[in-house]
Amino acid sequence: MSSRDVILGRVRRALADVRDDEPPYERAVRREYQREHGARTAEENVTLLAENLADYRALVHRCTEGELAAKIAELLAERGARTVVVPMGLDAGWLAESAAEQVPDRAEDTPYDLDQVDSVVTGCAVAVAETGTLVLDGGPDQGRRRITLVPDHHICVVRVPEQVVSSVPHALERLDPVRPSTWISGPSATSDIELDRVEGVHGPRTLEVVLVNGRDEPDVLA
Amino acid sequence: MSGMFVGMPAFPKAAHEVVGNQTLRGNLRHATHTIRAKRAKAVDELSDWAELREAGRRIKDHTLRHLDRCLEQLEESVTAAGGTVHWAADADEANRIVVELVRDTGESEVVKVKSMATQEIGLNEALEAEGIRAYETDLAELIVQLGKDRPSHILVPAIHRNRGEIRDIFRSEMGRWGRPAPQGLSDSPAELAEASRLHLREKFLRAKVGISGANFMVAESGTLVVVESEGNGRMCLTLPETLISVVGIEKIVPTWRDLEVFLQTLPRSSTAERMNPYTSTWTGITDGDGPSVFHLVLLDNGRTDALADQVGRQALRCIRCSACLNVCPVYERAGGHAYGSVYPGPIGAILTPQLRGTQSEIDASLPYASSLCGACYEVCPVAIDIPEVLVHLRERVVQGGPVTRAGNKVVLKPAKGHAAERAAMRAAQWAFGHPGVLRTGQRLASRSRRFHPRTLPGPGRAWSASRDLPTVPAEPFRDWWQRGHGGEEAK
Repeated sequence: MSSRDVILGRVRRALADVRDDEPPYERAVRREYQREHGARTAEENVTLLAENLADYRALVHRCTEGELAAKIAELLAERGARTVVVPMGLDAGWLAESAAEQVPDRAEDTPYDLDQVDSVVTGCAVAVAETGTLVLDGGPDQGRRRITLVPDHHICVVRVPEQVVSSVPHALERLDPVRPSTWISGPSATSDIELDRVEGVHGPRTLEVVLVNGRDEPDVLA
Repeated sequence: MSGMFVGMPAFPKAAHEVVGNQTLRGNLRHATHTIRAKRAKAVDELSDWAELREAGRRIKDHTLRHLDRCLEQLEESVTAAGGTVHWAADADEANRIVVELVRDTGESEVVKVKSMATQEIGLNEALEAEGIRAYETDLAELIVQLGKDRPSHILVPAIHRNRGEIRDIFRSEMGRWGRPAPQGLSDSPAELAEASRLHLREKFLRAKVGISGANFMVAESGTLVVVESEGNGRMCLTLPETLISVVGIEKIVPTWRDLEVFLQTLPRSSTAERMNPYTSTWTGITDGDGPSVFHLVLLDNGRTDALADQVGRQALRCIRCSACLNVCPVYERAGGHAYGSVYPGPIGAILTPQLRGTQSEIDASLPYASSLCGACYEVCPVAIDIPEVLVHLRERVVQGGPVTRAGNKVVLKPAKGHAAERAAMRAAQWAFGHPGVLRTGQRLASRSRRFHPRTLPGPGRAWSASRDLPTVPAEPFRDWWQRGHGGEEAK
């Protein structure tokens, strides 16, 4: 008998008391919790996202579509980045004004190659206001998971308000489980020393988030 | 379970040694009190915490009650996504499977994400015995591994160490395992985190095999989820060519949507954050992104035995947040090592005796490692009634009875050393069944109350050494009732 059969047999014997007519999953799991906490406008969600990102030590910037290329160039220059990884599907215009040498996200590059790169610029799939979370799902403007992990400086562009959802339940609705996803809430951190949070371990130690407003007009809340 | 805990003394003895250690007591007190207040604040932010907790309980219960179907569905979806599923009935089998999988890659070292399941089965030792070196990459696990220590907390295995001790371990041990600690390393947590970053980076970059556990497995999609903080998990899950995940069979949730509950309750309960810094989800393999080979090892190792216990099975709802450890007055004073298991604290006191049985001295003592204050139940994000299971397991230890071990039904004999307790209970049972005897006994006790001792003699002394004996009233309740007001009203 295979271990599979052994384990499934044990499970079935262990559950001898469970009757066949128990309520199905849909009725057994009552979801009386809220889909989101509080009622906020789209713009209020953007503000909350910015606050929560900053609370966990991400550096948050806001600009319009037209200012984005200059903003990214400024952030890379301030960092002193000489090289920057770029996902294959990233809008070429975003880096048009940056001086840093662009390194494409290629399958053949080794982790050692990536370790030599200073920064990475990506978009995201969705951002969660209540938790200050960015979710990447390997979309064309986000690239392979490792490119947002090995370089020490990550600039993530969020299109607001359309990419911002209020809560975790709404974020999951927008994601396809088949795609590998990475949920990022602030730069890497640890609570392992005396249960106190310290930022900066293995992932990027600097996380910069650019909230870019699609409309080319001055942002009232910026 | 892991060999490192074999031959542990019973909990009271191990705890007794710990409470005399002032440094350890101070470290534990500082850490648990820090996190308690933060957790309460993080939980208070959500007005629907009670509803989330209830939904989490129901999702997990439903899964457990249909675990066979969930496991089959998971196997199918993981396989369809390009993964390979293995089944391990016990620790030895799981270790054998992993050793062979690593050997097949031709590699002699692996990087590991912090995982309770692989600690439980003693995977590192099993790999070491076959000449395969396993590098722990979580900061706290690294501290434990470098210090040749044992984990003492589910979330923060090195919670018993303060920053000064950690610095000393890094200074003296890092060089033996790879890149030495930087010159002049101080005890500031930021510098210690930086030292671990430098030390582990070379291991991440060259790693060909990663080993992980998982916080959740989604049956419908075959998705695995790892919740972490440092980024070491992401390194292990995405840089190597081969990924092996060893996961307990109870870690399943039926649907992707179910994550909306646990991704809210787990981070707030464990590190008191709105969201932990990194969560990774993956479904089988993805072309050109991450490992090209994925193995999932489904681990039983006593879980089905726990599942067979209708009271005890709720322990399998546990999502390993460790909130119960942080609020427990016993854990705060005794520390994690005294529990003799990778699962310490209140959850360990009900999980370990179910996974391993109650035959050894330490395991039989664990259901007693509690004052039954109930704080653990209050904070549990999946509402495990830990005090209920503790009392249930105490009854099993004292009275014996039918249990399931390794899938077989056996009848446990009553444990030794509880003879006085059993005799007292039998006497009480007999007295309550004979009203005349009870009445006479109560009247005698009331009339002789002046002569009652303050402490119990003989074996009862241990009990009364730390407790006041209840005072017997001047008149039994029944006499008072019939004589006074109560009797009048009854007419």
